[in-house]
Amino acid sequence: MRAERTGESAVRASGPASRTPMAIAHARVDLAFEWLTRIVAACVLLLLAGIIVSLIVSAWPSIERFGFHFLTTSEWNPPMERFGALVPAYGTLVTSIIALLIAVPVSFGIALFLTELSPIWLKRPLGTAIELLAAIPSIVYGMWGLLVFSPLFGEYAQPWLAATLGKLPVIGVLFSGPPIGIGLLCAGIILAIMIIPFIASVMRDVFELTPPMLKESAYGLGATTWEVMSGVVLPYTRAGVVGGIMLGLGRALGETMAVTFVIGNTNMLQNFSLFQSGNSVTSALANEFAEASPGLHTAALIELGLILFVITLLVLAASKLLLARLARAEGGAA
Amino acid sequence: MNVRSRRRIVNGLALAASLAAMAFGLAWLVSILWNVISLGIAGMSVSLFTLETPPPGGTGGLGNAIVGSVIMVGLATLIGTPVGILAGVFLAEYGRRSWLGAVTRFVNDMLLSAPSIVIGLFVYAIMVARFGGFSGWAGVLALTLLMLPVVVRTTENMLLLVPNSLREAAIALGAPRYRVIAGVTLRAARAGVITGVLLALARISGETAPLLFTSLSNQFWSIDLAEPMANLPVTIFKFAMSPFEDWQRLAWAGVFLITMGVLVLNIVARTLFKDELKR
Repeated sequence: MRAERTGESAVRASGPASRTPMAIAHARVDLAFEWLTRIVAACVLLLLAGIIVSLIVSAWPSIERFGFHFLTTSEWNPPMERFGALVPAYGTLVTSIIALLIAVPVSFGIALFLTELSPIWLKRPLGTAIELLAAIPSIVYGMWGLLVFSPLFGEYAQPWLAATLGKLPVIGVLFSGPPIGIGLLCAGIILAIMIIPFIASVMRDVFELTPPMLKESAYGLGATTWEVMSGVVLPYTRAGVVGGIMLGLGRALGETMAVTFVIGNTNMLQNFSLFQSGNSVTSALANEFAEASPGLHTAALIELGLILFVITLLVLAASKLLLARLARAEGGAA
Repeated sequence: MNVRSRRRIVNGLALAASLAAMAFGLAWLVSILWNVISLGIAGMSVSLFTLETPPPGGTGGLGNAIVGSVIMVGLATLIGTPVGILAGVFLAEYGRRSWLGAVTRFVNDMLLSAPSIVIGLFVYAIMVARFGGFSGWAGVLALTLLMLPVVVRTTENMLLLVPNSLREAAIALGAPRYRVIAGVTLRAARAGVITGVLLALARISGETAPLLFTSLSNQFWSIDLAEPMANLPVTIFKFAMSPFEDWQRLAWAGVFLITMGVLVLNIVARTLFKDELKR
């Protein structure tokens, strides 16, 4: 930072002293280049504003017509032009919650393994493998989920879940109904597999920010690996861990293809069973948008997208702020 | 003694659970790769690359979809790379401490993880709905917008790794700022920036959601960017969701091509960057 300042003032100081034509030409090009980069950067900024404004404009017929009822109505009836976001919103929420319930503990385990347990020579290949899992396009997860995972899931896992958890009071209803493989639960599991690498690599990175001195002091006092993890590393990196989870949540909320393949795509919910088919905001968009008639149907779908976008931005902003706070604390301590 | 053995047991359980989590994560990777490779290789043939997408029951390949994807991803990379690098240069070189830099950095990070389907909606709203319907250009624009944040981010990060003493040395020799950036800092960060472009390329080549309502798809050969354009991801989506077995076979072949392409790009990018760090 300080060095940069001296660099800038050096340029300015040398300016008036050497006003040869060449220096003036250089100064002009310099200014033009600086402004070019500045304008391009500002365009990135305007892109976000542009997205929000254009979505609001396109969704306006629906916003005007349904108002807040849009969020509380479950009817989705294109021929009658009556639209409510309840079913897709419920689907997005439920699948994301399932995904987090599975992904958070698993990611924590993976990060713990990579930072504390793994032999040094395995760290790099294993870390790369987890990151490759994040690089696989979501359509691959979706197709694999539909054609490979969901038949097995419906044949073995769902009957077993119905026979065990399904017998319990209160939560039993979640695991009732015909085991058809695809549905809300299946979508949640595929989402979990997709977001594990994101959360795990953030957690690994923040765990490695813990000053070795703190960890070694705890080990020196005789603490076990688990005690160092839960008593020293986790409290120190709490903000970063939550930030990583929020990042995963942001991904899960906006994920399209992996969900569209396996959620079943029906706009009706009979009960609270997780085995039944449903719809999420993104799968409704992916399935209906290209064929939607212009007018209210399109506007209602765009409003769904707008709501999703705003919620995702809030989640991502929270994640970013939490991660920045950890980084600042780290910078302050060092 | 009692407390001690309990602590040891708790520790053992926690570590075993961590090991299990690692195995759980890797098991999915292995399972997905195994299915994609075994079913994908079975679908490899010359006609896959030369014939256009067939009607159900007919013979055909994915030729038009592969060509469409290559054209759109290529154009998006050609447009997105210079724009992204310029914005990244601003963040790292000029705007480190300005409010515009701080806000742009924040917004860019959010765009990086924003739902890609919303980018598709945006392009639909500003382009498809206004200028004559679905087109290859709309698909290119959507992919460019998705690529941009990745390039901006990595360019900035890589430029920040360049030591300030290099900049100062160049400025002290009297080099103007733009020459310092083009000839010294960007050159020093070259491998990292290329890595970023490759990762961005990998990301957009598998993107499906934003293409669904921008470029749509096309059953036939077409390299006219003003028309709806066939592309691999949307074709895979359509074929995999269909009940026809020959379509599903083609979808597996397409998924194999995309997965291998993405993994190879990732591995190349990583080794490139690692070699650079060693030097």
